[in-house]
Amino acid sequence: MAATLRRSRPWTFYALLAFFCLFVLFLYGPMSVIYVLSFQSRDGGLTFPMRGASLHWFQALVEQRQVGDLHAAFARSLSLAVLSALLTVVVSACAGFAFRRGFRGSGTVFYLAVSSLVMPGIFVGLGIALTFQALGLQASWWVSGLAAQLTWTLPFGLLIMFAILGRLDKSYEEAAADLGASAWQRVRHVTLPIILPGLIGVALFGFTLSYDEFPRTILTAGSGTTLPIEIWTMTTNVTSPALYAVGTVTTVVSFIVIACALVAIVRIQRHRATRRDTSLIETKDLQQQ
Amino acid sequence: MNAVSDMRRKSLLTMLQAAPLVAVLLVFFGVPMMTVIVVSFCDYEHARILPTFTFDNYADLLRSDATLRLYLGSIKFTLFAWALTLAIGFTVAYFLVFHVEGVILQMSLFLVCTIPFWTSNIIRMISWIPFLGREGLFNHALADLGVIHRPLDFLLFSDFSVILAYVHLYTLFMVVPIFNAMARIDKRLLEAARDAGASRWQTVRQVVIPLSRTGIALGSIFVVALTMGDFFVVKVMSGGQSSSIVAAMYNEIAGLQFPPAAASAVVLTAVVMAFVAAILRVVDVRRELIG
Repeated sequence: MAATLRRSRPWTFYALLAFFCLFVLFLYGPMSVIYVLSFQSRDGGLTFPMRGASLHWFQALVEQRQVGDLHAAFARSLSLAVLSALLTVVVSACAGFAFRRGFRGSGTVFYLAVSSLVMPGIFVGLGIALTFQALGLQASWWVSGLAAQLTWTLPFGLLIMFAILGRLDKSYEEAAADLGASAWQRVRHVTLPIILPGLIGVALFGFTLSYDEFPRTILTAGSGTTLPIEIWTMTTNVTSPALYAVGTVTTVVSFIVIACALVAIVRIQRHRATRRDTSLIETKDLQQQ
Repeated sequence: MNAVSDMRRKSLLTMLQAAPLVAVLLVFFGVPMMTVIVVSFCDYEHARILPTFTFDNYADLLRSDATLRLYLGSIKFTLFAWALTLAIGFTVAYFLVFHVEGVILQMSLFLVCTIPFWTSNIIRMISWIPFLGREGLFNHALADLGVIHRPLDFLLFSDFSVILAYVHLYTLFMVVPIFNAMARIDKRLLEAARDAGASRWQTVRQVVIPLSRTGIALGSIFVVALTMGDFFVVKVMSGGQSSSIVAAMYNEIAGLQFPPAAASAVVLTAVVMAFVAAILRVVDVRRELIG
């Protein structure tokens, strides 16, 4: 504490700190406005002033009086998100290792992934819809919809894997190999535990990118809509705070998922830190003996 | 002999590891893009796609004044969004990396910036409406302060609100890659620059910016692709006053006019890809990412 006090900070620190605080306010301010507005009473409108406070609009969602196929869309979005999280972790982790070791055509695959990432989403959707149509297949949320989302979540997962594996020290695996571990043992007992927090991060991306995906899904979901599509429809024809209530609910779901992922990562790191400390103490004890 | 077969086995294993990604990208990205290209050269009649080769879709598209207007409009929005997200994203990342001490504090503040990215874009966008409208919070606050007597109309459903929404939604795409690139800069380089007599601004310009160019390039690719390919922000936040290339294309899709929509998709893709290629020429993102 004393050390930080003694060294005075340059003026740029305070200027940048103020800038950062404004940026955070800019990020969260408008979002919090709609959460507040979703708790209005029955005769509340889309803007302030707030008219009373109640759970009326949430109840409207549950009872589904004036909103479309929300419940089914919500269930579909959740299952898509879980599927996409699992597939994104497995596929992009495997691909990440392949890139790390290098393979023929890796450059082409990389540019294919980047193109898939930056391609305007609705084109990918249009392409998949047209292909399904040409082949006489029925578009459905869990085949064409999921596939369209994977063209977006997998490249993201791959980029994160690059960051994770870039930080992975090769000497751990080499040490394991020197000790006679087989390839599978090295992956199972050395590499996977080290990158586990990163993989949870990849899963978080896979989940949330799919859960909120809209432009790729709108043309590929077929007759089964997803939650973002329902919300999009609501923005054009619902003029009551029910829209904000949906926004609050879906954001709460996202926050719960984010919190679970972060808690899992922190717990793993902490567990690891305590284990390292105890093993250090044990080594010291041995040395003293 | 054994070593050779072992190596062959290893490279086969590597190929197998990459196979699922390659399969998904080829089947659900490569093939559909080919379909779009093929359809863009097809003729059509009502909702039916006819298998006759024609350039008409492109000729109609490239000859129309509406196309030029749409592209100019989108490029204008993209330039504003890119410049603003880059300036804000760079500043925020710079603060987090070089001014925040302690890894835990740094990661927590970084998370504060990234959490909105994991929530719904549509909801984040419409949350500006009660904020900026005629009866919105901002106008009320200004009126209460006595700054204005009549509500400001330009705040919502205007070019201003479109650009604001872009900056709000896409700045994170700049912050995250630039933060990652900056975090890898050896801090001693900055000290060395300072010892050599460089001012703060010179250090930023000649040391930090060149060393974070991968992040700047990646962020720029994201922001440009997202704004050029956007269709819901312009639609909602301009209140129908401006249109975007994709929104126009979506109208054609809704009218089941697939070939002209496909042609429009191909042209926009070519424009976006030209831009991405230009960035990749300046910065070899791949080499710096994979190492």
